[in-house]
Amino acid sequence: MRGLLNHRLFPALAMSAVIVLLPLVLPSAYYYRVAALVFVFALAAVGLNLLMGFAGQVSLGHAGFMGIGAYAVAIGPTHLNLPSWLAFVGGAGLSALVAFAVGRPILRLKGHYLAVATLGFGLLLAIAFSNEARFTGGPDGMAVSRFAVFGLSVRGAQAWYWITAASFLIGAVLALNLIESPTGRALRAIHDSEVAARVLGVDIARMKLAVFVVSAVYASVAGSYFAFLNGHITPDVSGFLRSIELVAMVVLGGLGSVAGSLVGAALLVMLPQTLTSLHDYEHMALGLIIMAVMIFLRAGIVPTLARALGRA
Amino acid sequence: MPAYANIGAVIAVLLAIGAGQACAQVKLGAVLSVTGPASFLGDPEKKTLEMYVDDINAKGGVNGQKLQLVVYDDGADANAARTFATRLVEEDKVVAMVGGTTTGATLAMMPVFEEAQIPLISLAGAVQIIEPVRKWVFKTPHTDRMACQKIFADLKQRNLTTIALISGTDAFGKSMRDQCVAVAPQAGISIAHEESYGPRDSDMTPQLTNIKGKAGVQAVVNPGFGQGPAIVTRNYRQLGIALPLYQSHGVASKQFIELAGPAADGVRLPAAALLVAEKLADNDAQKPVVVAYTQTYQQKTGQPVSTFGGHAYDGLMIFVEAAKRAGSFDGAKVRDEIEKTKNFVGTGGIVNMSPNDHLGLDLSAFRMLEIKAGGWTLVQ
Repeated sequence: MRGLLNHRLFPALAMSAVIVLLPLVLPSAYYYRVAALVFVFALAAVGLNLLMGFAGQVSLGHAGFMGIGAYAVAIGPTHLNLPSWLAFVGGAGLSALVAFAVGRPILRLKGHYLAVATLGFGLLLAIAFSNEARFTGGPDGMAVSRFAVFGLSVRGAQAWYWITAASFLIGAVLALNLIESPTGRALRAIHDSEVAARVLGVDIARMKLAVFVVSAVYASVAGSYFAFLNGHITPDVSGFLRSIELVAMVVLGGLGSVAGSLVGAALLVMLPQTLTSLHDYEHMALGLIIMAVMIFLRAGIVPTLARALGRA
Repeated sequence: MPAYANIGAVIAVLLAIGAGQACAQVKLGAVLSVTGPASFLGDPEKKTLEMYVDDINAKGGVNGQKLQLVVYDDGADANAARTFATRLVEEDKVVAMVGGTTTGATLAMMPVFEEAQIPLISLAGAVQIIEPVRKWVFKTPHTDRMACQKIFADLKQRNLTTIALISGTDAFGKSMRDQCVAVAPQAGISIAHEESYGPRDSDMTPQLTNIKGKAGVQAVVNPGFGQGPAIVTRNYRQLGIALPLYQSHGVASKQFIELAGPAADGVRLPAAALLVAEKLADNDAQKPVVVAYTQTYQQKTGQPVSTFGGHAYDGLMIFVEAAKRAGSFDGAKVRDEIEKTKNFVGTGGIVNMSPNDHLGLDLSAFRMLEIKAGGWTLVQ
């Protein structure tokens, strides 16, 4: 039992069990939609967690990459006549390129320059999305055509539940593998001490850049799913608040914990839905819960609970 | 045998109670932007709906059933709106929805209601909501295209045909600017020059100086929202431009007059009758409705009335009257009756819907107002 619990893929196993069993208790399409949204944001959060939890860098503009992914699948089929899967892949490629271009000069520097640069980058994208009305429909947004492969189009919240869940799982397994690879060990070394990592011969700038690009691709893929799921997107997909929400998911769930990203995303997607009964006090309650989690479960929900269980 | 009969009777009674409870209340959905950047729209909408649903229930409800209002706050986030729309349809099983405060939220929610075949009456401005006509989607507020047409009609009456546009780059200003450019040729108006400003700009003198230097311009139209138009108005007077200045229905509030000060004198703008409730002629069909709404709203909330809450009133009443005519809350029947709405007198105007017009307002719904001595006057 101990062996199983400590296996590196144990979190992935536990999460897939949840994904398979969940439909047994989901009563309607509304719950499927909320669950699919959880997986979409969890996917973006896993990517951001690689950057924050392992490379020790913060991105305050990650929703910008979600925006690139989302608008790619909206604009590609509508204006460029691309099939939606190609737009999907193209969006991810574009995000990787942009992350490379933004990250390359900045990640050579020490400190939190990336946070500032990505902050500006996210704002710029949101402005571009609302100003280029010819392509993006402006502040009112634009419709996204259905995701179609081989002439079959995907519709309905249940279908998206399985697609987003599977994608999240794949993303999570890749992340778990990355963490256990030499790259992952190098990243953790950077997180603990950059000086020590450099002494050991780790190319810090290259490692940070690589993980930034990977996390951008995660966000872009999540953004594309988000657009397909909603069928309509507005520029606030890449807004500053969305970026902050992603950071909050990572921190609440637990820095460096892949399962934590799922828990953090679930918390922040589902809380506004459960708190609607409080009406005018909704936002206050949301803030209080987040504060309480940060005060009492300082390392994040999953790492703190795992430690408590390990001790017991 | 008697034992079976008893059990049967108990089951019958239980079923009756169950059915009675299921029918006692009919749920009406509303996804509104009560908080966030569009709260100045969503807040009066929510208050209006709550106020009038209570009122309707106190008078015995609709078709013998009480209405239950289910309000969700989307915070002006289209994604949240879409989730709440699914929730209204799947979980709350609403019979209709009045809402979608912003255009983005409405566009995101429309497919959900179309698929579920539930009528949706939007409170958002843009014309895309009803063009092309969608079977299950209606809306109550005037479109920005109508505002342009109203302004152009007034210009024609004054024999002015060449204008300059100065518009804000926000959602409202941009959308209205596009509509004005689109309808100008039909109205016989030529746009000789165009300028724009950002939503947070604090000085529009350079743009207005450009306009002032253009030969042939006979009037200036300013599609915009928020404080921008007030600054344009002040700069306009500072530069001593003598041409007539038109503002849009986006600034039809007391706040605009306060911000622009004496410079606002002589500015014309199209607006709903609600703003000039007391000044309408006594034989005006809308007068009793807008006066009653103004009094009720101000008395219950203690706040000045706005046209946005009026849109919610119109949406709710159009639904209620359609349900009464249909005699049931069946989605398809109510939808057909909404489409057949004729001569409904609302705060926004007199509504006559048809299968190819899911708004049902014509230009008479807008009144041309002129600001004089810090107050509104009707232009005859």
